[in-house]
Amino acid sequence: MTTLSSKTAAPRSVSGWRSPQAKRAFLTILGWSVALVIFFPIFWMILTGFKTESAAIADPTLIFSPTLESYQEVQERSGYARFALNSVAVAFGSTFLALLIAIPSAYAMAFLPTKRTKGTLLWMLSTKMLPSVGVLVPIYLIFRDVGLLDTRTGLIIVYTLMNLPIVVWMLYTFFKDMPKDILEAGRMDGASTLQEVMFLLLPLTLPGIASTGLLSVILSWNEAFWSLNLTTSNAAPLTAYIASFSSPEGLFWAKLSAASTMAIAPILILGWMTQKQMVRGLTFGAVK
Amino acid sequence: MRLARHLPVTTLAAAIAISSHAQAQTEITVATVNNNDMVIMQSLTEAFEEAHPDITLDWVVLEENVLRQRMTTDIATGGGQFDVMTIGTYEVPIWAERGWLSPLDNLPEDYNEDDLLASVRDGLSLDGTLHALPFYAESSMMYYRQDLFDKAGIEMSEQPTWEEVREWAGELHGSEEGLAGICLRGKPGWGENMAFVSTLVNTYGGRWFDEEWNPELNSEAWVNAIQFYVDLLNDYGPPGASSNGFNENLALFARGNCAMWVDATSAAGKLYDGNESDVADSLGFAPAPIAETPKGSHWLWSWALAIPASSEKQEAALEFITWATSEDYIELVGETEGWTSVPPGTRESTYANEQYTEAAPFADFVLKAIQETDPNDSTLEPNPYVGVQTVNIPEFQSIGTQVGQTIAAALTGDTTVEQALDNAQRATERTMQRAGYIER
Amino acid sequence: MTKTRASGRTVGGLRTLALQAPAVTLLLLWMIVPLGMTLWFSFQRYNLLMPGMTGFAGLENYEYLLTDPALWAAMGNTLLLVGWVLAITVVGGTLLAVLFQQEFAGRGIARVLAISPFFVMPTVSALVWKNMMMHPSNGVLAWLAESIGLPAVDWFSSLPLTSIVIIVAWQWLPFALLILLTAMQSLDEDQVEAARMDGAGPIAIFFFITLPHLKRAISVVIMIEMIFLLTIFAEIFVTTSGGPGLATTNLAYLIYIRALLDFDVGTASAGGVIAIILANIVAIFLVRMVAKNLED
Repeated sequence: MTTLSSKTAAPRSVSGWRSPQAKRAFLTILGWSVALVIFFPIFWMILTGFKTESAAIADPTLIFSPTLESYQEVQERSGYARFALNSVAVAFGSTFLALLIAIPSAYAMAFLPTKRTKGTLLWMLSTKMLPSVGVLVPIYLIFRDVGLLDTRTGLIIVYTLMNLPIVVWMLYTFFKDMPKDILEAGRMDGASTLQEVMFLLLPLTLPGIASTGLLSVILSWNEAFWSLNLTTSNAAPLTAYIASFSSPEGLFWAKLSAASTMAIAPILILGWMTQKQMVRGLTFGAVK
Repeated sequence: MRLARHLPVTTLAAAIAISSHAQAQTEITVATVNNNDMVIMQSLTEAFEEAHPDITLDWVVLEENVLRQRMTTDIATGGGQFDVMTIGTYEVPIWAERGWLSPLDNLPEDYNEDDLLASVRDGLSLDGTLHALPFYAESSMMYYRQDLFDKAGIEMSEQPTWEEVREWAGELHGSEEGLAGICLRGKPGWGENMAFVSTLVNTYGGRWFDEEWNPELNSEAWVNAIQFYVDLLNDYGPPGASSNGFNENLALFARGNCAMWVDATSAAGKLYDGNESDVADSLGFAPAPIAETPKGSHWLWSWALAIPASSEKQEAALEFITWATSEDYIELVGETEGWTSVPPGTRESTYANEQYTEAAPFADFVLKAIQETDPNDSTLEPNPYVGVQTVNIPEFQSIGTQVGQTIAAALTGDTTVEQALDNAQRATERTMQRAGYIER
Repeated sequence: MTKTRASGRTVGGLRTLALQAPAVTLLLLWMIVPLGMTLWFSFQRYNLLMPGMTGFAGLENYEYLLTDPALWAAMGNTLLLVGWVLAITVVGGTLLAVLFQQEFAGRGIARVLAISPFFVMPTVSALVWKNMMMHPSNGVLAWLAESIGLPAVDWFSSLPLTSIVIIVAWQWLPFALLILLTAMQSLDEDQVEAARMDGAGPIAIFFFITLPHLKRAISVVIMIEMIFLLTIFAEIFVTTSGGPGLATTNLAYLIYIRALLDFDVGTASAGGVIAIILANIVAIFLVRMVAKNLED
């Protein structure tokens, strides 16, 4: 346990840099320029959502008179709420299920490994390599026969299974990073496996679980093959909403930008709110 | 697992709620493309529901490619998710032949079936029976910038030829900053570059298949046509032509970046709309150019509404599709959305309507172009297939896309035209052999 | 760790089994049912658009795909795409993680902005890049190039695969950043401090302390990204449709053209089986490398 409190560590030496202020200023400029370059296409898309269709295809400029025209038109054509609700239900439902199934499994692999553990892990991952295009018809036939077409339940099942390998894998790596002595200590105190998981493992690896969960939510939120092919209208999520604005005959960039902005806004805000927790890290919890 | 157990119960409850409701009302699910005309149709839902209080509409609006894939999966597996489908002249005969579409031999008297344009009607019929009703139809024609032509002293011919077009494109190319002499489709795809290329090959005297279904993609006519196309676009086309489809070219032309553009007649309404287009005031129209033969020089496409045989709500669905393709509907759109926005190309009565012909000066061109096409006789030499810019067999989607890719490679100079067409020929032979049209 | 295991091996084994059972069983079903059907269909003559055409096809579907002249080009493109995107995202992601680990003004917001592309749906980002960024006449990049006096690059015609790599890398760079940044949190500050006291420069610290620490996280990034990158489809479909020629046709797109455009379920299934086999071959090499890192 050498990680005990980095906060009380000796004051940082300044050798190598002329002054801490200059370093900070340099890092600020560099960090922000990189972030802005990466974010630019999204910024541009959001901006385009506030343009008219003919302004959207004109020469790039930051000066234009913003209008809510596209947003109005998009909202008139299809009710955003219905699609968003489906997306939320499906993304969070499948993530919850996947975590529920994956946590015991990852626990077993990380702390009670057997000879077959690595093989099982890799096999799980290889199930992800089945290309969706190739299995569309078999899945469609099954869903038709059991009445899961166009239901949220159906999509939740597909997404849970789709994300399960990755969720197990990520949890496994986070669990392996756990300092073993803490769990040992708990076991010495007579904690059962369940208690060990509930009161030691989960709180300590919460940031890891959070980022795994977020990843699963994002992957489900953005998944556009199954959601388009297995839903009609009752269970159609935001990807279907987007597909009703992309590539029609005629000009569509402003409307698509408006619709896309609305479709990514919830997940963007979620990511924004949770990123601090997510990257706070594992040791932070460990020393608490 | 609480969630998993909980959800089916709520869905079940919802299903019960819907079915108890359904005694009074029939809800039909309408799958349609997100093109402008269909969006207008969707916005008129209330008008329909008011006139038919016992029917409600549930819309599934998707982009063309996604929709096509979605509908094909459903209809072929008998999924029964849709009551009305929006399909094109390519699908209708194929699907009708397989018994997937309900024949429309019981149309009400007042539908006035004889008012439908003959060529469009033929395209949607199997053995003389309609299997889908046309929502709108389009052909192809040439758009040009009248102001540029006037300035350069060029007179547009009544029926331009491709040679003339090449000359004009050379004269106008680069005469203004960022101006391309001509814009044409280059993005690979059976419904993208190949729609245009097929008409070009037709007018050069070529065809996709001979009467025994042997592909003829490296014939002299194809080589001439594609060489012309590649040279024309490389010399006088816009940058990035090989990734431009209909939309990209529409945007280019609307911004004033093209002197000429040969594409769908359905673009006319949009180019004529000052809100979407900078060239509305200087827009000129001409028939699609020709070369060796006028046959098949412009295409025919229509979007139509059909009822899947698997739908359990046949009557309500019929009510809807006869409403959405009726004279009254066209009238309704004209009054609420303006006459340039009415779905074109389906009924003679539309073109007899003065309000329309006055508002849409391109109406005559479009009507003539549509009437002149004959999908059963679109090439100089006889062929075994139906279709002008398509070959209406199930294999054409992949054949068209593959050939489209090789032609795009010739366009960017990755291969020569001869090489590209040899590759296309081999790939098509392979597909046709596999599908059993020709012997190995 | 090893001690407890040695003492309770059988108990541990049973426990392991019980805990893994739900995930393994579900995945087994998910894998076996569709895979079984896929295998079955891959030996059948089954085309959705040809209801009359049925029966055992033998190896016909496989033969059709494996003798396809486009297959090798598609495999090459798939590997190039995966390789380049992995290289860019891992190297870029590591550097970015180091950068965003440093203290600077507004770091939280800058991080959020840099992570954002991962939240955008693939079709949307492809459309945005194609029409608003890389468009040769009204794209931002063309405008930038022209404003400094350079000719605009005709991205999708002259550099088709590069363009796709750029778009895909832009989407996955944030993912690498996110994972590596998370891993970076557990970096032992004292160790870094000690190294610094001993006179190690920032570059030495990066190579001898940071990088080894990130090894396992990098393995995770590679594994997960590879799975998704092998089946990239939307970005190609929206921008180049696999062209010009075969320049941007990867395996997923080839299967799409040969199988789904025609609704030839038999060939699609054979394509699926081939893709799994190929993916596993690639995976074995990578996994060997990666699994070693997971050992310690």
